[in-house]
This record gives sequence, structure tokens and C-alpha cells, in this order.
Amino acid sequence: MSTELTGAEITVRCLQKEGVDYIFGYPGGAVLFIYDELFKQDKVKHVLVRHEQAAVHAADGYARSSNKIGVALVTSGPGVTNAVTGIATAYMDSIPLVIISGQVPTHAIGLDAFQEVDTVGITRPCVKHNFLVKNIDELAATIKKAFYIASTGRPGPVLVDIPKDVSQQKAEFIYPNSVTMRSYNPVTRGHAGQIRKAVQLILEAKRPMIYTGGGVILSDAAERLTELVQMLGFPCTNTLMGLGGYPATDKQFVGMLGMHGTYEANMAMQHCDVLIAVGARFDDRVIGNPKHFFNEDRKIIHIDIDPSSISKRVKVDVPIVGNVTDVLDELIKQLKARKEKPEQTALDAWWTQIDAWRARNCLKYDRSSTVTKPQWVIEKLYEVTEGNAFITSDVGQHQMWAAQFYKFDLPRRWINSGGLGTMGFGLPAAMGVQFANRENVVACITGEASIQMCIQELSTCKQYNLPLKIINLNNRYMGMVRQWQEFFHGNRYAESYMDALPNFVKLAESYGHVGMKIERPEDVEGALKEAFQLKERLVFMDFITDQTENVFPMVPGGKGLSEMILV
Amino acid sequence: MENEAGALSRVAGLFSSRGYNIESLTVAATEDPTLSRMTLVTAGSDDVIEQITKQLNKLIDVVKVVDLSDGEHIERELMLIKVRALGKDREEIKRMADIFRGRIIDVTDKSYTIELTGTGSKLDAFLEAVERSSILETVRTGASGIGRGERILKV
Repeated sequence: MSTELTGAEITVRCLQKEGVDYIFGYPGGAVLFIYDELFKQDKVKHVLVRHEQAAVHAADGYARSSNKIGVALVTSGPGVTNAVTGIATAYMDSIPLVIISGQVPTHAIGLDAFQEVDTVGITRPCVKHNFLVKNIDELAATIKKAFYIASTGRPGPVLVDIPKDVSQQKAEFIYPNSVTMRSYNPVTRGHAGQIRKAVQLILEAKRPMIYTGGGVILSDAAERLTELVQMLGFPCTNTLMGLGGYPATDKQFVGMLGMHGTYEANMAMQHCDVLIAVGARFDDRVIGNPKHFFNEDRKIIHIDIDPSSISKRVKVDVPIVGNVTDVLDELIKQLKARKEKPEQTALDAWWTQIDAWRARNCLKYDRSSTVTKPQWVIEKLYEVTEGNAFITSDVGQHQMWAAQFYKFDLPRRWINSGGLGTMGFGLPAAMGVQFANRENVVACITGEASIQMCIQELSTCKQYNLPLKIINLNNRYMGMVRQWQEFFHGNRYAESYMDALPNFVKLAESYGHVGMKIERPEDVEGALKEAFQLKERLVFMDFITDQTENVFPMVPGGKGLSEMILV
Repeated sequence: MENEAGALSRVAGLFSSRGYNIESLTVAATEDPTLSRMTLVTAGSDDVIEQITKQLNKLIDVVKVVDLSDGEHIERELMLIKVRALGKDREEIKRMADIFRGRIIDVTDKSYTIELTGTGSKLDAFLEAVERSSILETVRTGASGIGRGERILKV
């Protein structure tokens, strides 16, 4: 007789087969059998968070910084509903995750049982796919499919809901080697004919622009992209999700584009004659008002793995559906095979124009201020960490300053919630990053509002000795909300003032960490150096920053890219 | 699409979450019990229809999407209609059902239940033709469609 395993054993064996080293989770009634099996082995190490949202964010940070699949485990009911914010965050940014959730026993489903929710129903709009496993015989194959779906095509979170009785029942364990699904066959290689058309447009370009997004990071195409950009001599901009896809310190990099993009990036985007979009999706924060975008005539080449991203907001001329790496390979190959080059005099004139825009120095701020400027802190952080840190962020002004002032030369170093804009993401994501990169420096740039949304994770950091460095830009406001209220709501700061803030130094200390409060600009660098020398400790650095500082440039909602508010 | 629990709600959920309209939707298992076939009627500009098609293709349970209106196709809908049938109206209703090639499938002293198939506009025309006050109840399936001639949708 073949040995039969319980559903819980099968689940853990599947994780082992997938090479999962860390799983982030929180136990509860419906997953107790699975936890029991995790307890009996040591291949898959469980990380106990303090809230399920953090479990998913941590798995997400792990995935983003490592190109592996992040895995989270939560219980039924509130375990799942708490996880939803994390799942939606990963979905919006196309991050490969597998979330395993417990469910009430099959015979209790639909009877309003204790800790029952319709998990598959609640998560359906924010997962790439989800499964409810009602039959133990399908458990292993379903988990295999979940890993396959999460990581192929346009990646995304996949949830597997396992009722408690299924985790107790027994079946023979057969883990499939591969998956074939007639309804799911993601493309990889781009259409050669389309790539030929793209090559032709590129060679004829007079004012070219290369605009790249998270797709370059997700498909590990940063090297290919860099090769292409340098081979052509074209300007390159990255979206918020695409930072690190092209080295930020290179002269061909014109900065991030979009709502808080640089003047030169946005102007070049608006006035180029051939736009090469790579793994980016022309979203509202990137091109502003599409009508204004089309005031200027340009040809657009769009490379993306997801056909539904193409011609969704912006009609394109040469769509290329495929994996960014494969398409760029082919593009480079075809370009090398051609004798012609883009016209150099036109390109020189274009660079002269771009440099004139650059000379506008759109990111300038008052460096002699006696109040600490948040930009100053980020610049010093960049210097002290020599640009080598993994940086996570929360959401708001600090996120934009981090994106503008920390120059990312490598992919997967910049970890933020770009699509959903989830406050509370930074700290738990940094935990995941640290688990995936034990030897590296990981810093979380946050604000006093965002950090309080998942502050409980300081406890997790203590338990696992995660030496994160938390850079809290504390302006006593929900800064981005305050900025919009200043610009668009007549300075009426409705509910954006963070009253009754905790003493963050004492708070950090009470969790067993090191706390620092830094008030003067001249103390910033020294404090950072001191903190980063504490290699074994988490240091919470509370920087008291200018309350009135705003993020510039800014493209107001509904406006076009060239209608920026500048300093 | 795969004949899986929840496949229908994925399609319906997609339409509501992205703000597309469903005019009608019919679905049932095919001769291959692992597959079900859905006919969905929607309206929109070419760009919107292109997005809808792409978004549907992205759903993991969807095996294949075709736009039947790209070519010649046949569309049929079934309606069951219960009408008051008393006195001289009884004969009139029967005649009307015959004209529309409907069949009376249930009879009482006071009512007929008529089965009618055709395009949506034919069923609408029948409803127009029958005295409004005599309609007791109607139920319609929504359209099912198939390509004309050799055009085949098969997995």
C-alpha cells in the first residue's frame, strides 16, 4: 500500500518541492493542521508576523527583492480579510505570490460558520487566480498550478483556499513535474515582424525616448535594457515601478517621469517623435491626461507581456506582446544586423534640448535651511549607504522624495507600493527583503503617518533580529494629503495633521530596538553613520523635518505632462 | 471556458469591476462536460470590445474568446410567456403564436403558456403584438450564438 499523507502534510511537501525557504504567516483554527506539519520539519522556515497584512507585504518584499515567489499562510475569516490589502498591493504591481488560506470545513461552508468568509469571492478581483480545494486528491496539483500561474506570464498573486477537513484527509502525494493548462498559455517571444517594424521606427527617430516600467524589473531585463539604451544613445526614463531598470547615475537617464517626475523626463516624453515603452502601462500617474498627451504627434512602440495593457489608455502604433527580456534580445539582435544608425545630428539636437530642460534643475530645494529638509535626509542616506541599500518605502511625500533622490543603479533595490499606494507597506516589506538578502543593508523610508499603519511589526523584527534601518521623515502631517489640500483645497488641512504622535524613540526602545531623534540638518549625516554602524540592530531614526515642504515638480490631476508645477 | 465552480462569477465580476455592460449572458456545459460555453451580449466601441476581449482572455478559466459579430452568425433566444386567454382572446392569442411560430406548451381555462424562439427583436415584436394587459409573466434566456456555415468555435 502506498503511503498516504494528510492534506496538511501534502501542503508542506508541496512548499518544499517548490524550494520555498521562508513562509510568512499567522496561525488560526483553520490552519492548525498545516502549522502542525510546519512544526515537524525545518526546510520551510515560518516567520510569524503580528498581522496578516504584514505577512503578505513581507512575502511581497521577499519576492520583489529576490525574483522568487513569495509565500504567505493565513487562517480563515479575519485572517483572509486582513490579508486582502496585501494581496491587492501585490496584484496591482504584478508580484508573484502564493497565498495559502485556511477555510472552515467543507461541510460548514455556507452556513455562516465561525471565522467563515467567502475567501474566493472576496479575493477574486485582486488575485491573478484563486482556488478552493474541496477534494484532497486535487490538492497537490492545485498548489503546483498556483506556483506556475503566479510566476509565469504577467506575474501576480494566486490564492489557494484549503478547508480544514481537507487538511486532515489523506491522499497519496503525487507532485506533478510540470503543468499544462489549455486555458493558460502565456506568450514569451515577441512577434518577429512587429519587432522589425519597431527597428525601422527606431532607426528613423529624430527625437526618441525610452520609457520603461516594472516589467523590466519583473523579467530581469535591466542588463538588456542598459545595453539597448547605450547602444542607441537615446534618453531613458523609468516609472516609479521601473527605477533601477536603468542606472540612475548614468547621463542618459533623465530621471523618473510622471506626476512627480523630472521636468526633463516629462518634457521629453511629451515632445519625442518615437516613444519606446518597455514593460510599462501608461497609467494616469505617468502620462497625466491622455488627451493632452496626444496634443503632440509621436509614434509609439509598446512592449509588454500583457496584451490587455496595450492600447488600454493610449493607442499605440507597434504593439509587441512578449516577455521583455526576450523581446529586447531580439530587438538588439535585429538592430545590430542593420547597417543604418539613427541620424546623429538630430539626436545631438535632441540632447541639447533635453540638457536645456535639465538645466532647469527641477529638484532643487533649500540646502541652507536651518530646518531639516526631507530631501536632504534622502541625499545623505544615499551617500552613507553608497547607493547600495535595498530601500523600501511607504506611501506619500517621502516615497516620492526617495524615488527622486535615492539614485538606484540596480534593479530590485527599490521596493514600493506603486499601483495600490498602500500605506503600511514599507516596514513589513523590508522584513521580507531582509529575509531574502540577509547580508545586505535594508532601509525603510517612511513617514510618521504610514509607519503607524503596520508599526506592530517592530515586534516581528525583534523576534527575528532583523537589523532594518527605519528612516522616519516626521513632518507631523500626512504630507501628501496636506500638499493637495494646500494646492487644491484652499489650505484647509482637513484631518491631515497627525496629532498625539507617539515618542518614536521610546516606542522603538519598548520593542527592544534603538531609537534616535534627529532635529537639526547638521546632525543628519552623523546620525545616519552611527545608525548604519549598528549592524546587528534595528534603528528607528525619527527625523523631524520641515512641515511645509512640497514635492516638486507636480503634474496636477487631469493636467498634461508639460503642465507641471515647478519650484 | 473550463466548467469549473466560480468561472461564471469571474466573468460577471470582470464586467462589473471594469464597468462593462452585460446585455445578456447564457451559459451551459457543452458536449465535452469539462467545458462550458457562454454567449455574452455586450455593447461598446471597437476599443472597448478589444479591451473586453483581452480582459476575458486573461481570465485563467477562459479557454477561448471569439467575437461572433465579426462574421456571419446565428443568434437565438428562448422566451416562455404566460398570457391570459379568455373568451375571444383565446383564439386570437393562438393565431398570434402561430404567426410567430410559437408553440403553446401549457394550457389552463384562463391562460396559455407559449414557447417562442428567435432573435431578441423577434421576441420583442411578439411582446408588442400581444395586448399588454394580457401578459401574465415572461421569462427569457438571453441569446445563444453560433457562427454560420463552416465557421466553428471548438477547443
